[in-house]
Amino acid sequence: MKLVTFAGPPTSGKTSVLTKIIGQFQKESVNVGAVKFDCLQTEDDKIFASLGVPSKKGLSAELCPDHFYITNISDVYAWGENNNLEYLFTESAGLCNRCSPYIKNVLSICVIDQLSGINSPQKIGPLLKLADMVLITKGDIVSQAEREVFYRRVQMANPHGEIYFVNGLTGQGIFEVCERIKNLSTVQEIENQTLRFPMPMALCSYCLGETKIGNEYQIGNVKKIG
Amino acid sequence: MVEKSIGELVEIYPYINVYLGDFEINFDKEKSFEDNLKEQPEFFFEQRKMSLEETVDEFESYLEKASSILEESMESVEKISIFPGCSKDGMAEGFQEITVNKGEVIAIVGPTGSGKSRLLEDIEWQAEGDTPTKRMVVINDLTKKERQRISGRQRLIAQLSQNMNFVLDMNVGEFLTMHAECFVKKAMVQPLVEKVYKEAIALAGEDFELTTSITSLSGGQSRALMIADCAYISKAPIVLIDEIENAGIDRKKALKLLVGNEKIVFIATHDPVLALSADKRIVIKNGAINSIIAKNAEEQKALEAAEEMDRRLLKLRDRIREGEIISAL
Repeated sequence: MKLVTFAGPPTSGKTSVLTKIIGQFQKESVNVGAVKFDCLQTEDDKIFASLGVPSKKGLSAELCPDHFYITNISDVYAWGENNNLEYLFTESAGLCNRCSPYIKNVLSICVIDQLSGINSPQKIGPLLKLADMVLITKGDIVSQAEREVFYRRVQMANPHGEIYFVNGLTGQGIFEVCERIKNLSTVQEIENQTLRFPMPMALCSYCLGETKIGNEYQIGNVKKIG
Repeated sequence: MVEKSIGELVEIYPYINVYLGDFEINFDKEKSFEDNLKEQPEFFFEQRKMSLEETVDEFESYLEKASSILEESMESVEKISIFPGCSKDGMAEGFQEITVNKGEVIAIVGPTGSGKSRLLEDIEWQAEGDTPTKRMVVINDLTKKERQRISGRQRLIAQLSQNMNFVLDMNVGEFLTMHAECFVKKAMVQPLVEKVYKEAIALAGEDFELTTSITSLSGGQSRALMIADCAYISKAPIVLIDEIENAGIDRKKALKLLVGNEKIVFIATHDPVLALSADKRIVIKNGAINSIIAKNAEEQKALEAAEEMDRRLLKLRDRIREGEIISAL
């Protein structure tokens, strides 16, 4: 089974794009499944299920979403293998822009939205920089100039990645992206793989449930603006 | 290159700020990347799970790749050849080969959903029988691999459509400057901006300022600015115009501007005047290229008649705008 991870800021169009990608693989009779990782609630697993593919969701709730993701990925991988999938897609929300759920040797795709602003490629961090492929959505409604500036900034944030414009509504560009996914993804056991970028080293008092404000309540790994 | 001081590097490649910003350190501009890192506490490397050497190596590989992208030059497209594939039902397309040359205007006509965008996608992807249409597209007589070696990952097609808007909060001057900076050296930016601005005003037929906010431009002014910008700043050698209707701009002049800049222009349109004024017309039905019609003497006459009708309609529109009561045409 080939694992492919999708990540991107909220409302960037990850689910729409993934839905189109699944549709294309289904047309070619490839067995695919999808797992949606989210924080508080999601109905997206139902969207995937309505396409008739095995799907699952995981809600991190009070836990750090990225820690939740990485502690569950091997179980999700096993689930995919049990379902005889050829491709397993995971989707996760990059919420604080600091982290990326990308794993070395596992195809990592970032979905980013043209409307998120011309400076967003600078702001997104490892989520964008460490992706193998970057899919830009919502480019069809802005001017060519804005598209080109955005594209150049994504290139400069991630010069090693392949960048494509896709339309999550019409499916434009999806066929080509699927071809690249087939070429770039590899069959890989998940156990013992390594994250591309370490997750936050936590353990301050607030990680443990503290809610009060003030110096005396701050214990552990604390950093000040200065 | 990696030994240069941060200050020097930023001067040559302002874009590396994107990369440096991620380190959350105040770089000393006088020192190199490596020397800056040497001053970081052990904790810094521990947190990033990377040694000093690894971090420097990664930066070097970033610099190499990013600078090579900035120095890529867009190859000019002299010729596009399209070879037949099949319709949505798998029926073979009936033509032998379509050749489009630099400076030509090609109309693409057909009902909505007939496969106009797919044709353009085939060109952008440079299809080699590997798309749903199974078409082959050859650009400048080179295979895709050979072309990628020359032009890297540059995008071939610029698009202009009725649905596109400016969404940035900037004025015309800032906007053009930002776009020009993507492609030309610092000294060239201002003259280029001036030129595009002048052409845009000429095309729009109404004045606006360099300090006008782009979101407050009228429909005609926006379209004019997009076209002039596309003609002069965008490097993409192929322009797709999708349904640009009468937004108060001179469409003939607009086409001339684009073609004059050695571009190939595709227009997907239902407008008779635009369709007839193209050098060739590609008719698409059910996903397949159904026929290719080249401009001929008879159609030239029809075009003149259509233009006359168009002018009369425009006049009528002006009269209505002026508040006249229309009794006869």
